Amino acid sequence: MKRDDIIEYSLDAHHSEEEGAKMRKNIWFVTALLTVITIVEVTLGSIIKQSSPSWPVIKVLFIILTLIKAAYIVLSFMHLGHEKKSLKYVILVPYILFIIYLLILLLTESVYVSGVWEKNGY
Amino acid sequence: MAEHATQQIDTKTAWGGQISPFTTSYGKLMMWFFLVSDALTFGGLLISYGFTRFNAQDAWPIGEETFNSLPFLGHGYPLIYVALMTFILIVSSVTMVLAVEAGHRMDIKGVSKWMVATIIGGFFFVGSQAWEWSHFIHGSEFGKVELADGSQAIVKGHFGEIKNFTVTTAGKHHTKGEVITEDLIHQYHHAVVEGNIVNGVITLHDGSLAHVNKAADHDMMLVIKKTGKTHKVSDKITGKEASELYYGAINSGESHKVIYGADLKENEYGPQQYGQFFFFITGFHGFHVFSGVCFNIIILLGVLKGTYHKRGHYEMVEKTGLYWHFVDLVWVFVFTFFYLV
Repeated sequence: MKRDDIIEYSLDAHHSEEEGAKMRKNIWFVTALLTVITIVEVTLGSIIKQSSPSWPVIKVLFIILTLIKAAYIVLSFMHLGHEKKSLKYVILVPYILFIIYLLILLLTESVYVSGVWEKNGY
Repeated sequence: MAEHATQQIDTKTAWGGQISPFTTSYGKLMMWFFLVSDALTFGGLLISYGFTRFNAQDAWPIGEETFNSLPFLGHGYPLIYVALMTFILIVSSVTMVLAVEAGHRMDIKGVSKWMVATIIGGFFFVGSQAWEWSHFIHGSEFGKVELADGSQAIVKGHFGEIKNFTVTTAGKHHTKGEVITEDLIHQYHHAVVEGNIVNGVITLHDGSLAHVNKAADHDMMLVIKKTGKTHKVSDKITGKEASELYYGAINSGESHKVIYGADLKENEYGPQQYGQFFFFITGFHGFHVFSGVCFNIIILLGVLKGTYHKRGHYEMVEKTGLYWHFVDLVWVFVFTFFYLV
């Protein structure tokens, strides 16, 4: 039975051989980028000790590199960058807002708690 | 076929039913919603890890020092193993996205090929994690020691090899003068935990006494991880003093002065919560990888049977692909926050 009330959105995703070749080129570019970032992270991590004065800078750099990696995975591999804008923001905005809120809340609290422990013991 | 995506939809049609305002199928949308909820779980876990870590300050173990081993090659390779695991997962993510791309061209051969590659990558990752866990649970040769003043220290340096045990007093199974050469490190660790080594004489489990023939340790250094009466967190003790303190604790004859490896109660790397977070976060992620491999196998069977080809599109591959990329995404964060910083 053929139903006319269901739209096969998945058919929109079909593409030709030429478009496919272009996409594969982009996939390999993202692969190379993710690999290079991982290599940079590991090299820095094993060279620079946590006791060194430049560690705070490296730590921030690690977090930025991680976010770049994550962005490429979500937007390119998971294809969210090419979906409708409304879908993209419904997924990303609430999540990011909530995580920022939780981060600030718990890390602030943590510093306070550790201060109390230092003063009064466990 | 493709016209409704490019066509402008007025608001009334879009939100009034029939046409999805996101121009996405129900299944894909639900996968995204599931992934958001799963991402909240992992976000909660990693942030609570951060909370505990900020509390513990310097007592927390350092990733590159805890994870510095390779299979067959031993110590001295900081982070190389986890980097390899990360790379395996990234590559399997790439093969997955190639399978999805092949699906959009209705290329059944391409989809099967890349799906198989993805599944192999997934198995490699789960296997690597098994090794990692086993290594973490068994721990190092020195272990973590509780010193006489109540402080706790992790021990670095080169552990002198145990050559043999020479029996001095016969017990149930061994006779006097017998030289034991098997299973030495295991028996040694067991005796240390039980407090059965005093001044180089080990009491074996059958009751016989033996002299421990052990080479000298090199470059021993104690790093204090829990403050005691005289030593504070982050203090480093080297040379003769380190050796005296370490073997002083062992020779005290008291049990449980040294901890080897890790379980849920205690671990040799740092605070109790460190082991618990390690097992829970990497375990929960590993469980996701394992389920992902299972999903991929099921979808691969569908691909090989031609189910999706008949249906006219490979959206099932795309959906399982979303889940698989998500697993990679989580690992990127676990890698940074558990191992790097």
